[in-house]
Amino acid sequence: MTDALPAAHVDPDGAASTSGRPHTGEPLVVLDHVNKHFGELHVLKDIDLTVHHGEVVVVVGPSGSGKSTLCRTINRLETFESGSISIDGKPLPDEGKDLARLRADVGMVFQSFNLFAHKTILENVTLGPIKVRGVKKAEAEQRARELLERVGVQAQADKYPAQLSGGQQQRVAIARSLAMDPKVMLFDEPTSALDPEMINEVLDVMTKLARSGMTMVVVTHEMGFARKAGDRVVFMADGQIVEENTPEEFFLHPRSDRAKDFLGKILTH
Amino acid sequence: MGELFSQFNILGAFWVTIQLTFFAAIGALVIGTVVAVMRVSPVPILRGFGTSYVNVFRNTPLTVIMVFTSLGLWQTLGLVLADEQSQHFFKDNNFRLAIVALAVYHASFVCESLRSGINTVQPGQAEAARSIGLTFLQNIRYVVLPQAFRGAVTPLGNTLIALIKNTTVASVIGVAEASFVMADMLDARADVLFLIFIIFAIGFVILTLPVGLLISAVSERLAVKR
Repeated sequence: MTDALPAAHVDPDGAASTSGRPHTGEPLVVLDHVNKHFGELHVLKDIDLTVHHGEVVVVVGPSGSGKSTLCRTINRLETFESGSISIDGKPLPDEGKDLARLRADVGMVFQSFNLFAHKTILENVTLGPIKVRGVKKAEAEQRARELLERVGVQAQADKYPAQLSGGQQQRVAIARSLAMDPKVMLFDEPTSALDPEMINEVLDVMTKLARSGMTMVVVTHEMGFARKAGDRVVFMADGQIVEENTPEEFFLHPRSDRAKDFLGKILTH
Repeated sequence: MGELFSQFNILGAFWVTIQLTFFAAIGALVIGTVVAVMRVSPVPILRGFGTSYVNVFRNTPLTVIMVFTSLGLWQTLGLVLADEQSQHFFKDNNFRLAIVALAVYHASFVCESLRSGINTVQPGQAEAARSIGLTFLQNIRYVVLPQAFRGAVTPLGNTLIALIKNTTVASVIGVAEASFVMADMLDARADVLFLIFIIFAIGFVILTLPVGLLISAVSERLAVKR
């Protein structure tokens, strides 16, 4: 396992960069020899990955490389056949109440937002705290409004998801996850379904979240975000982790041919 | 026509039809919802039970179920649903047995309507609910079913209309609902046969037509905006 090493470097504007922070934190998410098939297709091949407290891991790779599946496997929206996944030292339980409890600690942001269509924005954010954590309604609403303000959609609290733009919906989805006080947040291509002009408003929220010390696993095609907010880049291809490095090193000096080929295709324009 | 209404208790008969419909609809909705939840549950035994329930009751003629409640459940197995000392025992018992038959039969259709409603809910909704830590039942109750009911308004309404008309089957176990009284009237007043048919046909249209209109209005209003 190669951990992200602290790369002491300075941003062009002279400010100390937040990326490449040292990660001396305890391991939070540990995947050990995880294998998964979709029928004949071996989508996750012997995946080993450790995410430490406070670390931002950006997973990149070509379509169909298994990076979304990896993300979904971490909170068991996808099952896996062999290997183990543990979160904060506890192995991932099978179905049932234990799994539900674990999922409450793992935030997930989807490509297609998946806000509850029949509930208002405020209800979307308070449902989890009220039903899962047993928080009182008034308290949950107050917290929800704070979170909505933090992601900049407080004015939309009483609207329904369909009345919001994609970028607003995705920011609400982030607030909905944050309301559960998760130990780690998973982002499954959070900007891939957005119009170009809305991508930045979501990435800004994610960057702020990364700077606040949230542990994040982000599957994305946004290389700018990976550079700006990532502590480590994990490059996947054909169901395998091909390369791991600091963003700086990965983008400037990719080691594998597969990564060179991938970066050549996406960074030339 | 006025004399027909004074000679026979037509309105009373339709009142029985309405009561049968009302109670059977509630029963069918409750049973059907429970069976639908079983059919989508992660527990294989419950799924199997749900599937069997639907296959058995959806494919059995209502008349068979109706007669079975009377001859099987009551007379042979001794299931009594009314006070045996009461002078209205037969009337009450048959009425309640008919409700049982109508409810269990239509529950299978309610279940399938709801399941089609559940299929209209995007899988991402349930995934998001799971990802914030809701259990299966919480997920069903707070996220999936509220949206599934909206998607199922039309098929549920169709089931309700079918139920209203299927209450006529209760006449085979002697419940004096509309068609039972109609048969009586046809025996006694064959001279106005067509008039009697028309009265009852119109009577049922008066019951079912507003339901159809209501369904259209409700399904339009409740449609989940995406």
